[in-house]
Amino acid sequence: MEKYILPEIPDYHLLPVYEQHGGYGALKKSLGMKPEEIIDEVKKSSLRGRGGACFPTGLKWSFMPKGNTIPKYLAVNGDESEPGTFKDRMIFEFNPHQLIEGILIGCYAMGITSAYVYIRGEYGKWIKMLQKAVDDAYAKGYIGENILGTGFSTNIYLHQGAGAYICGEESALMNSVEGGRGLPRIKPPFPAAFGLWGKPTTINNIETMANVPLIMNKGWEWYSKIGAAKHPGPILVGISGHVNKPGVYEVPTGVLLTELIDTYAGGMLDGKPLKALIPGGSSTMILRAEHVPGVTMDADSLKAAGSSVGTAGMIVMNEDTDLIRVITRIAKFYYHESCGQCTPCREGTGWLFKILKRFEAGDATSADIDLLLDVANNIEGNTICALGDAAAWPVQSMVKRFREEFEKRVKPAESIAS
Amino acid sequence: MLSPENLKKVEAVRSHYPDSKAALLPALWIAQEQEGWISTDMMRYLGDLLGVTYAHVMGVVTFYTMFIDKPQGKYHIEVCTNVSCLLRGSDKIVDAVHKCTGAKPGQTSADGKFTVSEVECMGACGGAPMIAIGEEYYERLSAEKLEEILNTLA
Ligand SMILES: Cc1cc2nc3c(=O)[nH]c(=O)nc-3n(C[C@H](O)[C@H](O)[C@H](O)COP(=O)(O)O)c2cc1C
Ligand code: SF4
Ligand code: FES
Repeated sequence: MEKYILPEIPDYHLLPVYEQHGGYGALKKSLGMKPEEIIDEVKKSSLRGRGGACFPTGLKWSFMPKGNTIPKYLAVNGDESEPGTFKDRMIFEFNPHQLIEGILIGCYAMGITSAYVYIRGEYGKWIKMLQKAVDDAYAKGYIGENILGTGFSTNIYLHQGAGAYICGEESALMNSVEGGRGLPRIKPPFPAAFGLWGKPTTINNIETMANVPLIMNKGWEWYSKIGAAKHPGPILVGISGHVNKPGVYEVPTGVLLTELIDTYAGGMLDGKPLKALIPGGSSTMILRAEHVPGVTMDADSLKAAGSSVGTAGMIVMNEDTDLIRVITRIAKFYYHESCGQCTPCREGTGWLFKILKRFEAGDATSADIDLLLDVANNIEGNTICALGDAAAWPVQSMVKRFREEFEKRVKPAESIAS
Repeated sequence: MLSPENLKKVEAVRSHYPDSKAALLPALWIAQEQEGWISTDMMRYLGDLLGVTYAHVMGVVTFYTMFIDKPQGKYHIEVCTNVSCLLRGSDKIVDAVHKCTGAKPGQTSADGKFTVSEVECMGACGGAPMIAIGEEYYERLSAEKLEEILNTLA
């Protein structure tokens, strides 16, 4: 398939090259349309967010109050800290202008005059790359005052995070932009009503915004025919773990997971059989190898398989993998990253990690297996933000789908009695 | 405390936000780049500069893992041990870093040259196992390659 997010054009990250290939044409076209026409176009395209929740982008935009008399903000989420996820970084490096163009179109459609691009602190190098593209776009009059002589003005600012996974959660991100600790806020109020500095705000993922110029250029009908009908478009899939060619691959949604492994990622490392697969970043539910055939990379298929698309960061594990070690490491991550505001998450993530360490060390009892589920079930749905769920799902799915792995690590009964 | 040039940078970044508190994270980055770390004096200074309390600045510095509140080695080696790196042999990288520098995660080498940290996913899972030294990412590592890289650092 032709590539639209990461096209194979040399130096596409440079403004003149981007322009030669029609770059900023979608912006020009959009500025000649009414804002609500753009929102309608994005709605009809069925574009769904690429940040993890697959939320319909056009619908999200339509929640924003109309007009441009009050300040409104766009926050673009490049925190990219979910383990297994490394795709937004490719956009900063290889196609920053398409991201900028998408941001500008979004700002015009929602009547926004300031956009903040939040990028994780570790991406210092990539922040500089995007900043260069932003500076070049300012110099050519694409960003700033009176854009292309249309009277529309907007600014784009980059905001560097400083090492906190939780800042990828949209309300924590806003607190971080405001200069505070990245603590999630209780919802409602939702960001479209009370966001940055208490003003209406939309938060979208980097890749989501990079899709927008495509829709405006070629129309919603064209876009909605790419890939899976209910979750269409090109999608960046990051493949890591036991494959021959790990990396980020652009594919149409709806591609088979087996094809992603065998064709795109060059097959299993050393030809060893697949044991398990995490389809969309560490918080998505793990799948057993025998349940992978026939499953495709889109919201419906993965939901039916008992998991989700998440960030489309696929973690592939072969038969030699110690899944107890894998889940213990994942649990450690969520324990480390919990912001501590809610008791179930603060305490529960610590409990999960502690119990899992017992399995790792061979000190667990068979009662600990159900204790894991009990703790996870008590976190899920009982917290301010979805980090609690993100910590519970991998443990729940691992226990349910790989119970034998836990049973194997339980202390023999006689050694407990003695 | 900030050099005149860096003070100008902070002033420029302040204009990006409707209030000055929001300039705190960028200001801390600028301060950390200048000094290598953020002292309590610097926290007080930045608080006064941006009109926020020292307690707030301290709260922010301690919340984010990348703000460093004590001096550290010349090179900060961050070794990712999260899932994708674990699957591709990050254990060996942790050992190799220890062998080359004498420092384990959480330690600084005896000569003060290297501070080593075990870190969460760095967004380079396709290049696992990986480390970062400052802003530079080193991906698809082996123990040998790692040794070569560390040997080139003066
Ligand atoms: C703990 C946590 C971490 C998150 N991290 C990210 C992230 O790094 N990048 C991102 O785009 N969305 C992240 N999200 C999802 C955001 O809250 C939000 O849904 C998303 O940015 C919306 O963009 P989209 O609609 O374009 O997908 C995270 C959510 C949670 C609960
Ligand atoms: S769920 Fe966890 S991370 Fe989210 S607000 Fe509660 S304690 Fe913080
Ligand atoms: S797990 Fe190591 S970079 Fe993602």
